[in-house]
Amino acid sequence: MNWEFIIKYLPLYQRAAILTVKIGVIGIVFAVLVGLVCAAVQYYKIPVARQITAVYIELSRNTPLLVQLFFLYYGFPKIGVRLSAEVCGVVGLAFLGGSYMAEAFRSGLEAVDDVQKESAFSLGLNSRQILGYVILPQALSTSVPALVANIIFLLKETSVFSAISLMDLMFTAKDLIGLYYKTTESLFLLVVFYLLILLPVSIVGTLLERRLRYAGFGD
Amino acid sequence: MPDLGIEVLFKGTNMLRLLQGLWVAMRISLISIAVSIPLGIIVGALMTVKNMAVKAVSKVYLEVIRIMPQLVLLFLVYFGTTRAMGINLSGELASIIVFVLWGTAEMGDLVRGALISIPKHQYESSQALGLTKSQTYLYIIIPQTLRRLLPLSINLITRMIKTTSLVLMIGVVEMLKVAQQIIEANRMSSPNAAFGVFLVVFVLYFLACWPISMLARYLEKKWS
Repeated sequence: MNWEFIIKYLPLYQRAAILTVKIGVIGIVFAVLVGLVCAAVQYYKIPVARQITAVYIELSRNTPLLVQLFFLYYGFPKIGVRLSAEVCGVVGLAFLGGSYMAEAFRSGLEAVDDVQKESAFSLGLNSRQILGYVILPQALSTSVPALVANIIFLLKETSVFSAISLMDLMFTAKDLIGLYYKTTESLFLLVVFYLLILLPVSIVGTLLERRLRYAGFGD
Repeated sequence: MPDLGIEVLFKGTNMLRLLQGLWVAMRISLISIAVSIPLGIIVGALMTVKNMAVKAVSKVYLEVIRIMPQLVLLFLVYFGTTRAMGINLSGELASIIVFVLWGTAEMGDLVRGALISIPKHQYESSQALGLTKSQTYLYIIIPQTLRRLLPLSINLITRMIKTTSLVLMIGVVEMLKVAQQIIEANRMSSPNAAFGVFLVVFVLYFLACWPISMLARYLEKKWS
């Protein structure tokens, strides 16, 4: 292990990690928004929009992110839509993540028993109060484990961004292996930086899940 | 209607080559899944035993594999083994190794989840009915576990197929690589081919995964 090399190229990895996290976070925020909209459309059974979201969810869940990115980055310019690699990354992540988030929210909403709504109704709450005080708190705490799993999944998926020449961690590692043949050091830094990004999320997620289990009603 | 370049695929054997590329990806995922399902069942069963050491080792294995992006694992095995041990793995073999490691971890977690989801009273009631230990497992526990497990493991197959698109990055010639080659070779005659060809790749991946997802959902609904 050549420590001089590691120290010399540490800033390069740092920059790459920041880029990875930045695109990852923006993409995940958009994914959550897309997921919320889709889940709401499915929950309220809005005609037409419901069919569109169903098709979208199937398309996005059954194709790999890499293929979606290639299509966005190399295919779309041919019909006149030119997006930068960063925008492609965000759009791709939101497209992929939206359906996973939608499923998480949907299963949370479905987990709330009809009895809850009926009881709230008989207590004289109006439909907005029922949604805000009865359904959403229960649905969201049920969907937290799935949300955390999706966030980790999406952060891991950011590793394919190097294929559309974004200077992320994978790109940097591959570059350094190609340039200096320092495979061990480059791979070591790659693993360390991914752990730095993913471990805290995973630990916070576990703690959050444990905390929310108390919020569960009944069992 | 602008020229989308789909006609490129009808030249010569291009479409056939693309499908062969899909087959490479499918072959890698089918071999990996066939190996990782039995291994995953063993790992998952190991995680439920009472021996702390066995539990700890399998837990560490599971967490280490699952937290790393699959692409990082591919890089580690493909570039790392060459460097550290002087073994020259082919891209395809390296990807099978990685997907078996990853698939075993994922399958192990599913098996563990299914096993601990069987309530304790199932064991106790069968004991009270006078069933022996092997009868309890054969007639009570395993059938229930399988029902929970099967839809999830079918879903794992589609995840595996989708993840095999990554092997492009370690130089395996699969569908995306073939698509790039076709686009490159025809860049003069049909400059817009990138749209059409990648669209077809997108659709082919969808057609490969969608029926499997539908089957998983059908089984889930039927058995829940």
